[in-house]
Amino acid sequence: MADSPIKKATLHIRRGGAGAASHFDDFEVPYEDGMSVLDALRWIRVHLDSTLAIRYSCINANACKTCMALVDGEVEYTCIAKLAPKTVTVEPLPKRPLIRDLVTDIVPDEEKWATLKNLEVK
Amino acid sequence: MSDISTDVLIVGAGGAGMYAAISAARSGASVLLLDKSLIGRGGATVMAQMTVAAALGHQEPDDCAIHLKDTLDAGRGLCNEELSALLCYEGPKRVLEMEQWGTRWARENGHIKQEMAPGHSRKRCCYVDFLNTGPAVAATLRRKVSEVAEIRRISNVAIVDILVKDGRAIGAIGLNLVNGEWVTFQAPAIILAAGGLTKLYQRNSASANMGGEAYALALWAGAELVDMEFVQFFPIGHLAPRLVGMDPIMWDPFRYKLGGKLLNGSFEEFIDRYGGIDFGKYTATRDIAAYAILKEVEAGRGTPHGGAYLDFRHIPERQLRAAFGPVIDRLLTNGIDLTQTPVEVGPTAHYHMGGIRVNARMETRIQGLYAAGEAVGGANGANRLSGNAITEALVFGERAGACAGERGKRGSADGDAKPVAAALQRIKAVKEQRAKDGVSPIALQTQLQKIMWDKAGPFRTGDKLAEALARIREMCEEELPRLTIADGNSYDMDLQDWFELRAMLATAEAVVKSALARTESRGAHQREDYPDADEALLKNQALELKDRALVASWLPPVQLSRRQK
Repeated sequence: MADSPIKKATLHIRRGGAGAASHFDDFEVPYEDGMSVLDALRWIRVHLDSTLAIRYSCINANACKTCMALVDGEVEYTCIAKLAPKTVTVEPLPKRPLIRDLVTDIVPDEEKWATLKNLEVK
Repeated sequence: MSDISTDVLIVGAGGAGMYAAISAARSGASVLLLDKSLIGRGGATVMAQMTVAAALGHQEPDDCAIHLKDTLDAGRGLCNEELSALLCYEGPKRVLEMEQWGTRWARENGHIKQEMAPGHSRKRCCYVDFLNTGPAVAATLRRKVSEVAEIRRISNVAIVDILVKDGRAIGAIGLNLVNGEWVTFQAPAIILAAGGLTKLYQRNSASANMGGEAYALALWAGAELVDMEFVQFFPIGHLAPRLVGMDPIMWDPFRYKLGGKLLNGSFEEFIDRYGGIDFGKYTATRDIAAYAILKEVEAGRGTPHGGAYLDFRHIPERQLRAAFGPVIDRLLTNGIDLTQTPVEVGPTAHYHMGGIRVNARMETRIQGLYAAGEAVGGANGANRLSGNAITEALVFGERAGACAGERGKRGSADGDAKPVAAALQRIKAVKEQRAKDGVSPIALQTQLQKIMWDKAGPFRTGDKLAEALARIREMCEEELPRLTIADGNSYDMDLQDWFELRAMLATAEAVVKSALARTESRGAHQREDYPDADEALLKNQALELKDRALVASWLPPVQLSRRQK
């Protein structure tokens, strides 16, 4: 396997925190047939930049429904969005408040710490 | 001093945690249900695509006592029989209650449909529809939890420490992942329902967020663990081609119904070399299949992804479709055409039989500290039957919630600030960690997963386990304190990973130490240097922390009298 030519994909990722200017980082990852965008994001975190913020739980099953992002302009679950050996742009969901990088606020209001804390104070 | 107080605090909101919340609220307690992921979306329940075992007797005559006998037989003499009995006798009530709450179990002729599964002597496994049982169970519980006014929910808070005073649990400290701030809780009753440890292994079938935190939190709080050597590996988990939207253990029903051939990397059948018999039908037992696959890989005859091929090309498409129509389509969208290409499979970490030591009220030895679900050790002994895991989540969740609720509503919150201050002091320093070489917590997690897979996986030896233990100790002492944390602010992945890694290391050490001491092969614990069962080791191994070191003791299994069975 090691001798076969390795195909690559490039992830062009919008990064930054809430209320700050965003920028794009490019990451090159080894590509394998069938690979998902989430597989590539997880590979980047282990091998290139552990600070890249992403949200996921089930990895494989498309069961947890928490890994949504904008992939080439379309809202997708990154775990079932297939990667191709070329450049793909990944951005946070545009209609959700940004937390950091690809993580947006998808938590229902009644499950938020801040909501609960406010109730407590009253 | 504490941010929030509650009667009952529940750590982890999968099947067990959500059921516990409903049950505790039913007893009149106020409940706070937390998850580091989102409520009802992390953990193993949502991943469970198969079945739920309960002796309803709808499909054919059945009895809880027969379910118990089957469970104890699979457990190879090591079950905590009080817990097994609870699982089997309460299972039907929980399954029926779930139906009242809206779970649509598959039905036929006016009754719940129940299937046969390996190791069960009756048709007793319920399901929702093929590959959708866990998500449906989780959805029911999410909805139910949201309807109960006494239950407050918080997503994205990871509990990193249980606060203990004079042998009593009094609260917890969490990390609010959203903004990187510490949060504190006061509660006279706390339930650990954060699931198992499959994330310790490079190959696993579960979700990303079960790194053994429940076990680590219990140990650090002063509770005991039991049976930590018994990790269940599923023999033919999916390896390649990349497959998403499906459970990695989906191939089991395929092999039963259709008979897939197992082939090595050179497309040769090999099961007969290891004492298995296939006859073109897949009849070799799970343990032989797992052993044979790993031995072929070791001998350099594995597939490109380090497993074996599972081949259905000899089966006509008509027959494939008749058995698994919708699944065949889902496979095709993944680019997998079973009539053209074999898939690669191999053993994968699937479930943990061991866990937190509790009694039948789900109490640990620390007052006010409870466990539920996969976090509990002992109900399944040395091996778990298919279908018992969701049942266990529901039954133990209900029981833990009821018992913790009773204590929580009577007990008063202990507002002593000293344990909080001490714990905060310990963990706050983590945010300041910076290392010159910049090794990240996730990189070390990945190393740990490989070590656990290579040295403490399905087939173990004393030498390999000793190497794993030495490396884990080194990681704990030398590397964990020197990993780089990005900035400690909002959604700092390094910070989340660091706390997860700390728990993973503590749990990994517990698994490896227990596996080293059990010098026999029994159920899911297989030692190549001790291939036979040793009757002298028909005991459970309990672990506790003494002066920050893990100490083991051997205990006779908890048995019921003949009359109780």
